[in-house]
Amino acid sequence: MVKVTFVASDGERRAVEVEEGETAREAALFNDVPGIDGDCGGVCACATCHVHVDPEWIDKVGRLMKDGMEADLLQFAEGTTEYSRLACQIPIKPMLDGLVLHVPEEQY
Amino acid sequence: MNTQVMEMDTAEKIASIPLDEIDVARPSLFQSDTVGLFFDRLRAEDPVHYCRESYVGPYWSITKFDDIMAVDTNHKVFSSEAKLGGIAIQDMHSVEGGLELEMFIAMDQPKHDQQRKAVTPSVAPSNLQLLEPVIRERAGEILDQLPIGEEIDWVDKVSVELTTMTLATLFDFPWEERRKLTRWSDITTAAPETGIVESYEARREELIECAMYFKGLWEQRINEEPKNDLISMMAHSPATRDMPFLEFLGNLLLLIVGGNDTTRNSISGGVLALNQNPDEYRKLNENPELIGSMVPEIIRWQTPLTHMRRTALEDYEIGGKQIKKGDKVVMWYLSGNRDGSVIDRADQFIIDRKNPRHHLSFGYGIHRCMGNRLAELQLRIIWEEIHKRFSKVEVTGEPERLFSNLVRGITKLPVRLHAR
Repeated sequence: MVKVTFVASDGERRAVEVEEGETAREAALFNDVPGIDGDCGGVCACATCHVHVDPEWIDKVGRLMKDGMEADLLQFAEGTTEYSRLACQIPIKPMLDGLVLHVPEEQY
Repeated sequence: MNTQVMEMDTAEKIASIPLDEIDVARPSLFQSDTVGLFFDRLRAEDPVHYCRESYVGPYWSITKFDDIMAVDTNHKVFSSEAKLGGIAIQDMHSVEGGLELEMFIAMDQPKHDQQRKAVTPSVAPSNLQLLEPVIRERAGEILDQLPIGEEIDWVDKVSVELTTMTLATLFDFPWEERRKLTRWSDITTAAPETGIVESYEARREELIECAMYFKGLWEQRINEEPKNDLISMMAHSPATRDMPFLEFLGNLLLLIVGGNDTTRNSISGGVLALNQNPDEYRKLNENPELIGSMVPEIIRWQTPLTHMRRTALEDYEIGGKQIKKGDKVVMWYLSGNRDGSVIDRADQFIIDRKNPRHHLSFGYGIHRCMGNRLAELQLRIIWEEIHKRFSKVEVTGEPERLFSNLVRGITKLPVRLHAR
């Protein structure tokens, strides 16, 4: 199991355990972490699982690729930063044990 | 009794029609609300269905949830471009001498992205929250004026009134003239055969009147301090303030249309669904906190836009069928939203579903509905205010439906209100 911590917009921290191979979106939804909607079912089609990767983790997670659906969708989301990713596009691997993700105030 | 006999009769007929004769574009099927029986057959027997001949020409029907998702998210192959026909099963009309309105919903990348990005902040959740108290207060006023125990038309007295009121609030539109917004929204999507406008010429004249009116509002807002209404936001935002006027107007009309009959018909559709499912109505009365999950379920159940259309830019295989470059491809959201292989008990209206927002009504991909949070906010406020006042909105007669294959509309819904 891999540990992932979600930080809500009010600062509250929630640590959850995830199976390797699941995504950060599933980590949130399966553990009822508020603020991640994931309407489309996890297929990178709606941008309602937007997270800000903690700057310390961004290199291990990987930055948003310039071209592709994830970037296409995130350009319309509210409050994006250079650390924005869609949680459904972050597969959980052992090297991400301890990962910290910040949940934006609203999903759009 | 009579309706039941008729329904069985229709169902048997539909079951025996040869597959290659099935044409779901006919608006009468939506008006009679029998189109679902055709979609049931297509999903089971021919989920990617080609119709060779129809009044809108040949077209493909995509009827299953996952196939629809695949087309909707593949905007490199499936174009929304107005010049190729646009986003509805009926090709966009280019009327001679008409207004060349620019709407990003009928554009491809990269222009779509630039324009959408410019307007998106106006309906961002954080902005909408500022408007919530005003919308709630006005919704309450409308509901307080309704007579208890008398038969009224819910569509005219409530659904249209509430949606118009919200639009007027969002735009800070002159209050006494707010029904102009309803009219402009109706004519923007109307073809003469619907009876809403007499001719394309008449429609053009009304749209010019609309353009002049908004020009006036724009000039007024740009000279005032920035406020929270959408016109002021667009007039002052660096991303939108230099937009050419027809682009501004096109995008403004898109916001009006997008938020008008879709929400209107979801308000009416919710009342109808609760009446057809009394156990769900009981659940709601006992647990009003279920409004949160009921709202997306209403939006799925109603599916206020039955479809979106694309045009294939290259040959493409889907569901074992070969779609050719230039073909018209119709994603039937109404059908995908009843796909039992993806949605549990898809043919039932259930207000406390586990995953209620996993539906197709807003579309997916880069053209996904921009106002989805606004739609949900409005419906939530409205149902909370209805719940405070009425123990039941009782449907007292048959609903009348719109003659349209795009807008799934309820034009009349007789009801009687029971005080709480």
